Amino acid sequence: MSARIEPVIGRYAHLELEGRSHRLYFEEAGQGIPLLCLHTAGSDGRQYRAVLNDPEITKHYRVVAFDMPWHGKSSPPAGWEREEYRLTAEAYASLVMAVARGLGLARPVVMGCSIGGRIVLHLALAHAPALRALIGLQSAAFVERYYDAAWLNHAEVHGGQACGAIAYGLMAPVSPDPHRWETVWHYMQGGPGVFTGDLFFYQGASDLRERLDGIDTGVCPLYMLTGEYDYSASPKDTQAAAARIRGAKVTIMKGLGHFPMSENPEAFLAYLRPVLDEIRATSESSHGGVP
Amino acid sequence: MIERIPELVNDDPAIVRWGRDMNETFMVEVGERQYLLTVRAGRVESVATGPFVMRPWRFAIRASEASWERFWRKVPEPGWHDLFALLRRGDVAFEGDQRVLIAYLMYLKLVLAAPRRLAA
Repeated sequence: MSARIEPVIGRYAHLELEGRSHRLYFEEAGQGIPLLCLHTAGSDGRQYRAVLNDPEITKHYRVVAFDMPWHGKSSPPAGWEREEYRLTAEAYASLVMAVARGLGLARPVVMGCSIGGRIVLHLALAHAPALRALIGLQSAAFVERYYDAAWLNHAEVHGGQACGAIAYGLMAPVSPDPHRWETVWHYMQGGPGVFTGDLFFYQGASDLRERLDGIDTGVCPLYMLTGEYDYSASPKDTQAAAARIRGAKVTIMKGLGHFPMSENPEAFLAYLRPVLDEIRATSESSHGGVP
Repeated sequence: MIERIPELVNDDPAIVRWGRDMNETFMVEVGERQYLLTVRAGRVESVATGPFVMRPWRFAIRASEASWERFWRKVPEPGWHDLFALLRRGDVAFEGDQRVLIAYLMYLKLVLAAPRRLAA
């Protein structure tokens, strides 16, 4: 029996980021409006497997999910053994824009989850004219440090198991077990210190609370979708951010947690498709139907 | 609920495997009630009921009776569904050796959620 082959294609792109050479892995499927997907801290692009495989979406969108440097199949840059990985807002925002430019994604929709949901707020402030729309999943302007992430990168703790345990709890108990445990597995595969390095950006270094009123959703629409079981970026955190962004559209997703696209793809797609339909309808009316 | 943990855990290889390197005694507090759980190679060998006056433990997990009650519902509500959800709310305290607690975090989460199976 021949194998069922997905329409998803994985390739590598060579990019110069902050003066260093990177070989980045990305997956893509579909044609049309570019939809660039950003994974969560300490994980990789596999979280978007269902979006990449959804014919309803790929009929109108060119879906691209890349692994950030140090994550998934994107190795760290040469010399990584001499440094501590620490994500910054500047490096992250310029990475997203460099990937969009490098892959020829003209005015993409950018959808990010968790740290990705935070960076879309940075992108809304700094790059709105270059973007068609932004979708923040589990998006919050700030998250307080409520545990010591240094333990996730400690020689006497199994980092993979500890990171997996952190991710496990952030999901909804009603999400299907196979998807929940696949999501955990992605976390268990993270390199040492990578999740912690991402959390440096997420829990502290990036605080947008006083800058949100600078976001103009008239230039670039902003959608914020948050799963109700998330206690990291909770519905309350998303609503607090949205209250300060005129025109931000918030949806609280029932029965989903911090990894909606990965922990319960079917439930998530039911929330995502109408958003993408609306973005397509709006951009067709305002841009002469050319995706 | 805590007293039932050995039977819920020890017959479930999907939980035991996450604690197979664990040989520790830890405390769980349900409001005023204290329990000492002793784990040998992932099996909960004993549950002792307090009060205790001179007993060592590696770490302690303390929460109110009301918090545990909501945590142990069959389908817990958002915010009561995980030890770290309680932590984020400030409803649980982790004391003692944090390294060991984090090293066995997956196991501990599964062990302490096991009583949900008894919920109606």
